[in-house]
Amino acid sequence: MRRHDFGYFFHEGVVNLFSHGFMSFAAVGITVACLLVMGTFSLVAYNVNEQLRQLESENEILAFVDDTLTEAQGRSLQSAVEAVPNVRSVRFITREEACETFEKKYEGKYALGDLDPEILRDRFAIKVIDLGRMEETREAVKKVTGIADARADENLAEGFITLRNVAGVVCIALIAILLVVSVFIISNTIKLTTFDRRDEIAIMKMVGATNGFIRWPFVYEGFIIGFLSAGIAFGLQWLLYATVARSISVSDVLNLFSVVDFATIWKPVALVFVGVGMLVGVGGSLTAIRKFLQV
Amino acid sequence: MIRLTDVQKEYENGTHALRGVTMEVNDGEFVFLVGPSGSGKSTIIKLLTGEVLPSGGRLMINGFNLNNISDRQIPLLRRSIGVIFQDFRLIEKKTVYENLSFAMRAVGSSPREAKKRIPYVLKLVGLDGKANQFPNQLSGGEQQRVAIARALVNNPYTIIADEPTGNLDPARSLEIMMLLERINQLGTTVLVVTHEKDLVNKFQKRVITLERGIVVSDGIGYNMR
Repeated sequence: MRRHDFGYFFHEGVVNLFSHGFMSFAAVGITVACLLVMGTFSLVAYNVNEQLRQLESENEILAFVDDTLTEAQGRSLQSAVEAVPNVRSVRFITREEACETFEKKYEGKYALGDLDPEILRDRFAIKVIDLGRMEETREAVKKVTGIADARADENLAEGFITLRNVAGVVCIALIAILLVVSVFIISNTIKLTTFDRRDEIAIMKMVGATNGFIRWPFVYEGFIIGFLSAGIAFGLQWLLYATVARSISVSDVLNLFSVVDFATIWKPVALVFVGVGMLVGVGGSLTAIRKFLQV
Repeated sequence: MIRLTDVQKEYENGTHALRGVTMEVNDGEFVFLVGPSGSGKSTIIKLLTGEVLPSGGRLMINGFNLNNISDRQIPLLRRSIGVIFQDFRLIEKKTVYENLSFAMRAVGSSPREAKKRIPYVLKLVGLDGKANQFPNQLSGGEQQRVAIARALVNNPYTIIADEPTGNLDPARSLEIMMLLERINQLGTTVLVVTHEKDLVNKFQKRVITLERGIVVSDGIGYNMR
């Protein structure tokens, strides 16, 4: 493509966009709506996933130190426990601390009286990297010399894994469906704008324009529609997200959920919006024009 | 040069539009192609512009063999022909200048070339001073002149005019035909498809008559039965 061609195609793309104002407005409107629906859904899915990840990270293995060992000897086992594969972090809990926690947890439920910490054992609270390898890690920790026993709620861990897997598959499937539907709707809207200009295309063909020459202004037009839509949709998405996040944070019931701050995720969101917007804009234009080039 | 040798065209719906047409138009000639509706005139235009392919026979125009022309060659073929239609087919949202520059850009000319060529062509067709007007601000005759200018702007070997006066009154029709004659005098081959007997007979030119897909006469003047 020569330099003056590039300028011409871009100019034609912009002129076409404005000279078919209503159809361009319709294409931008529909693209914004589709991006917004897809974006909202993806952000909800992302937040649910983060919430689950947080809950998962709170799931831990308790490794009890042999009660023949002193507290200092028990503490000295930390490095050996940390060396076990899949262990992310290890925290030593003395029997006194464990007793305190126990009393706090069951306060008023049982007649505990003055519980003697001596009946409890020093322990390690271990967080793992991969929840799927919980059982294997527990067994490995149990084999560390000086550790009498290790316990973990593997059913809960498995439950989290299943929930996250199901949620992941459902999210990907729904996002894929939304993407296909969006491309279809946008492509049809752009097809309508192209149909409006079939005579123009026929004239271009008649004077000897190549298919490439005819296609380029439509590509630029699709590009501009996509970019513009992505910008508008991104702004609206930010506004919507911030409003919902604020409502959740001040709600007495919903503030249990911690919503991811938009400022930490705006870059990938913007990138996805621009990418998807331009993909559907350019893709929609190219699909729409194909039929009219066969003259 | 246009050369058709025993050209046949049968459409997919079974219509035999051409049943063995043989005719030749030499470089620099002015020829009328006449005949009633359904005689095959439009099919010949479609064949010559590469819109449809012949079912049989041999077809050549401006050095292009249309029997085995590739998709890549079709734009090149169309650049060697200027086509004028009854309904002008101008882009309403573009000015006269833009309609012409659009046709020039489509074949790869630079803006500078367009700037140089367009005023000359507009003057040739009698539209100097109308460059910035939109088609709907012009009369029918002027719109057809713009269409002629667009057909001429890329300096084609051949002009094919399909009922160019069909939408015009007799006075404007005569002006358009005289303009085409003038273009022919400048060296461009002109093939005019029409059914206007009176108009054709005002010009002592070669007339090829088609009927039911075959050539029934070829000579000076409109002698259709």
